[in-house]
Amino acid sequence: MKNKSSYWAKTLQNGLIGGGISLLLSVVGLVLAFGKTYIISGVLTMAQVFVLAPFLFEATQSIRQLPSKEPIKTLLVGGLTGLLGGAVLALFILINNFINIRSVLINVSPDLVNLLTFHLPLVAGLLALLGISLVVGLVAAGVFMLPDRIRGALSQAVMVVVLVGLFRDLIVTVILHWGWVQYAFLWIFAQSGLTIISALLLFALVGGLGYWSAGRNRKAIAANRTPRQQKVVRWGTLGVLGLIALLLPAILGSYFSEILDNVGIYILMGLGLNIVVGFAGLLDLGYVAFYAIGAYTLGMLTTSEAVGLLHLSFWVALPVALVVAVAAGVILGLPILRLRGDYLAIVTLGFGEIIRIVVLSDWLKPLLGGSEGIQRIGKPAIGGLVLANQQQLYYLILVCILIAGFIAIRLKDSHLGRSWMALREDEDVAEAMGINKVTTKLLAFAMGALFSGLGGVLFATKVGSIYPQSFSFIVSINILSLIIVGGMGSIPGVFVGGLALVGLPLLLSQFADFRYLIYGAVLVIMMLRKPEGLAPEARRRLELHEDDAGPGLQEELQTVTKNPGR
Amino acid sequence: MYKRLLIVISAVAILSMLLSACGTKASTYTCTDSIGCVKIGPTDPIHIAYMLVVAGPNAALGTDSRNGVEIAIDDAGGKILNHDIKFDGEDSACSADGGQAAATKLAADPTIIAVIGTSCSSEARAGEPLLSAAGFVTISPSNTAPDLTDPSSPNHYAGYFRTAHNDKIQGKAAAEFAYNFLHLTKAATIHDGSLYASSLVQVFADNFKQLGGTITLQTSVTIGQTDMSSVLADLASGSPELIYFPIFMPEGAFLIDQARTTPGLENTKLMVADGLYSPDVMNAAGASVEGVYVSSPVVQGAAYDTFVAKYTAKFGTAPINIFHAHAYDGFNIVKAAIEKVAVVETDGTIYIPRQALRDAMAATANFQGLTGVLTCNVSGDCANPIIGVYEYHTGAYPPILIWPTEYVK
Amino acid sequence: MLRTWRQRITITDIFIWLIGLAIAALVIWGTIATLQQGKYPGSVWLDLTIKGLALGGVYALIAMGYTMVYGILKMINFAHSEVFMSGPFTAVFVAIGLSKSGFLNKQPVISLALILLVSAGVSTLIAILLERICYRPLRNAPRLVPLITAIGASFFLQYVFRGFYGSGTYGYPDIKALDHSWTVGGIQIYATQVVVIIGAIVMMLILFGIVQWTKIGKAMRAVSEDKEASELMGINVDRIIVFTFGLGGASAGAAGILYTLLYPVVTFYMGFFPGIKAFTAAVLGGIGNVPGAFLGSLILGLLESVGPNLFLTGLGIPSPSQLKDAIAFIVLVLILIFRPTGILGERISKDKA
Repeated sequence: MKNKSSYWAKTLQNGLIGGGISLLLSVVGLVLAFGKTYIISGVLTMAQVFVLAPFLFEATQSIRQLPSKEPIKTLLVGGLTGLLGGAVLALFILINNFINIRSVLINVSPDLVNLLTFHLPLVAGLLALLGISLVVGLVAAGVFMLPDRIRGALSQAVMVVVLVGLFRDLIVTVILHWGWVQYAFLWIFAQSGLTIISALLLFALVGGLGYWSAGRNRKAIAANRTPRQQKVVRWGTLGVLGLIALLLPAILGSYFSEILDNVGIYILMGLGLNIVVGFAGLLDLGYVAFYAIGAYTLGMLTTSEAVGLLHLSFWVALPVALVVAVAAGVILGLPILRLRGDYLAIVTLGFGEIIRIVVLSDWLKPLLGGSEGIQRIGKPAIGGLVLANQQQLYYLILVCILIAGFIAIRLKDSHLGRSWMALREDEDVAEAMGINKVTTKLLAFAMGALFSGLGGVLFATKVGSIYPQSFSFIVSINILSLIIVGGMGSIPGVFVGGLALVGLPLLLSQFADFRYLIYGAVLVIMMLRKPEGLAPEARRRLELHEDDAGPGLQEELQTVTKNPGR
Repeated sequence: MYKRLLIVISAVAILSMLLSACGTKASTYTCTDSIGCVKIGPTDPIHIAYMLVVAGPNAALGTDSRNGVEIAIDDAGGKILNHDIKFDGEDSACSADGGQAAATKLAADPTIIAVIGTSCSSEARAGEPLLSAAGFVTISPSNTAPDLTDPSSPNHYAGYFRTAHNDKIQGKAAAEFAYNFLHLTKAATIHDGSLYASSLVQVFADNFKQLGGTITLQTSVTIGQTDMSSVLADLASGSPELIYFPIFMPEGAFLIDQARTTPGLENTKLMVADGLYSPDVMNAAGASVEGVYVSSPVVQGAAYDTFVAKYTAKFGTAPINIFHAHAYDGFNIVKAAIEKVAVVETDGTIYIPRQALRDAMAATANFQGLTGVLTCNVSGDCANPIIGVYEYHTGAYPPILIWPTEYVK
Repeated sequence: MLRTWRQRITITDIFIWLIGLAIAALVIWGTIATLQQGKYPGSVWLDLTIKGLALGGVYALIAMGYTMVYGILKMINFAHSEVFMSGPFTAVFVAIGLSKSGFLNKQPVISLALILLVSAGVSTLIAILLERICYRPLRNAPRLVPLITAIGASFFLQYVFRGFYGSGTYGYPDIKALDHSWTVGGIQIYATQVVVIIGAIVMMLILFGIVQWTKIGKAMRAVSEDKEASELMGINVDRIIVFTFGLGGASAGAAGILYTLLYPVVTFYMGFFPGIKAFTAAVLGGIGNVPGAFLGSLILGLLESVGPNLFLTGLGIPSPSQLKDAIAFIVLVLILIFRPTGILGERISKDKA
């Protein structure tokens, strides 16, 4: 009896949450802003997805918690959840009819109401809204009654169609880059979103593939390979990945190269911060300082403007910039050797801010350009070839990442790496074991500063001009987020985190005003789903059995990263 | 299974290629433009993009400009030459790297004809090379840095225009107003570390000194600063007669508010620029706003009142600053230029020659806009050279035009 | 004692102290040079001090939220700046409404209470939701993970509120009743400054009182010491944590209203800078310690308003106030060099570390 009432209560709660999410998306303006952006041309708009997807999601949540999947009960629970969600929206519209909500919430415009009521008169529109919400809930229930294999394929197909439609503009810019081949693909897309036919084709294709691959047991196939075959597969995959990495700029065109360049620069810095925070456990919130120092040193040395010092070439200035960054790392490292945990965090944060403020100041304007910034920063040249645009710089960044990644991997298992981890686990014990706290900590800072300085150098030469505004606290936060999202201390995690955290906002750029809203939500959801990170340390995973990697891994990681400052 | 799929896919691909080849009818128009033409099919929209700062701490600046363009599109009935207008764009973050990223993305889309942007001059410096190389026309509602339209500067690119005032015009006008009209000889300036403000105060200071005045102090505040007491005390020690601080909200309002409570500055005249021509200043600075001067284009008139009414109805808030008017005019100049150069085929297909469009933009003359009568020059400055100076009065918006005297009704 | 000291002093320590002494010497030198210049009369310094204290009062109120959550969960609630923004950004509509109807100036006390209530209410709600959605599921996760959800939530909240009310700024109406000023010792003291400083002190006393002398405060301290043990003692840890977040949220909402008395502009981005400052102040005072946060905030406020002119004018640096945050952070480093756990922070004993 108790169980029964609890799932009805849960259904009620889910319905209200679904309605609440839809309402929130409507009220912040997201729905209206994409009211005319189609996912499937003439059929489905992005706005409709934003409004109805929460209902669909909450309805599945409701159904999932049902103890048994009787058809009628499933339909009832699903439908009810959807209906409740619609009711929340309908109630809001109704209230808005009597009170002018717009005097406070500026996006509750007549246009929004029209959109939510399908341009019908109020009562008819509300009924239509309720009806559609109900249908969405019932559809969710209906899907649940299908066999698992079909359901999986179906949801995969829907997801892919929605995503392809959503990122239509991005995909088209890539396709347009393909010369005559573009005509083989352009027909897929309408002016806005997919065409109906291509949506259906895509749906059938992905659904079919999904259904087919669900029937295959990948593990069994992999296990059946001989060691020799396994080796071939492994090297083959690596080779293909390497080839793809080399060809990416050519395949994807300039905008994706821009994204990859940014991701690459952040990965580079992430590798460095991973040493400071992940290996040595020193929480650094001012990592941007060395990024700025690297960028400004390069800028000052290579710019062709009057503010420049020596007008050196990129390759001459690069080592100087790195040396300056490392020196700064050591100099910052010294006074804060004795600080721990959050006190260390705040001082490093302060250091980052000090650098930005000083660079912006009128005081050093004759030297550093102040708010005018430094322009016309030198580009690297190899022989006669100047690496001027993002596609060409990609290769330079790739080389830097490979070197940095190699250094990071080698360091991790070196004597120094072990010392860092010992310090992270327990400073006093590590000291007692004969680890020199001073040099070990300073080396961590120096390595971090080196990678960050290199990131700054690449950034400066890529953009060609630098302004103090580019070196704000947010950069430090982004890099820190990147390594935590990837999995603290994990080197593959840095790559995954970089793609997720730097690539994502750029991919979301079509959402303009709303991209940080979506980004913030994704960040929260990502961490709630995978608190240990997207690609946690591989070594640690190997230590545990594959089967119980879930909770055990988490526990293991907790003990490791619980108090990085200590 | 894979094989069959592959066959199907390639069959579809080949078929569609054949279809698209058959679909292209022999056109009567051959493009002779030096940087190419944009072909717009009978049902295709005309694509105009924005590249403005619509997120982050400076979001208000670009959002307001974009709102201005949206009103302009509504006024055009959503159509140019009977084609729908597709208006989308990128956040350019008011930074060089943001500008580069946004410009790279826009430049990859060959359907774009014109870009409304950028918001900040640093974005333009990093992004304009890419936009210009892509053949676009760019028109900025709020870039003011002189180098962007200085033909001798490497930051000047073909196809770049702006309806915002060059700092050289606005800074000079402010100096002339202070020296010639108010007869003040001692002034001080404050900037906020933005390119816009630091460049504008420099032009003001140079001109003010040239006219014979003295600058007691050139100082600055920082973005996000709330307590202005230290900078105001510093200013008060030089006892200037006028403080010129062409910055933005909310720091501008804090300065206005706190200047009145700083010993020694109670009677000092305060002057701000178009970044603070906004009802927000009135609301935020309260009674202290009385007598503050603000320079801005001469926008008052029935047309502007109608515009504000439309704006408020569409966006649910009062306009945020004055750059919406520049953006509105910018879009309309682009629209007029497109209508002038577009080649319309009988089936509704349009060809827009890109260089001809740039030339048509540069040839814009006596264009009646919200910000006055606009005439573009070859280097890209389109703004009406007349800068008005207004005076704020408590509880009354908009402020009252007091200079140049011949425009005061 | 002597021997342990000698053992502990190393070359690095001496080096660190030398850096500290160099900074201190620079500060003192700048101060003396400035005072010798005589650019500013004494009344200016007094005026700057009052304004700095008022600014510090605002920081103190925000810092309470950081420090209390830290005390309980040992976690930096990075989204607290958005909790601080949400209250006054919402209450501005109440204030404008009251002002338009004339009620604000007829009944300033009731109006102000109403505005305060709305602001504190919204901030409390946001803080509790934040705890429920972003932090509670991660209570046993690695320590830095909630930091990331906090940052995500912070972005999300900023843009949600921007979506609600727009990207423009709103001004708080003037309250006639607070339009007073008194001339004391040649300088003007404004009613708003007095209200803010007194408000901050009262608020600090209330929070300190709750933590020290109430039953729930005792429970809070217990949870802060040892979560597991207090659970075994019958304390509902979840409830205590929610209460702490709520209290922090309410104080942030109240802080927001006091903030708008001094700086009457609200935007969706208003939380960011005061948030960082308040966090800094909380660390300066010794994080987790309510009086420490108060003290740290006042010091930070003073440094920002008095510091630039006092330290830098004598050194001949232009636009000194542009460097005010740099000064604040340098002094912070200086203080932490000599007191590594903040001014009133507990000393981390060897065995605890």
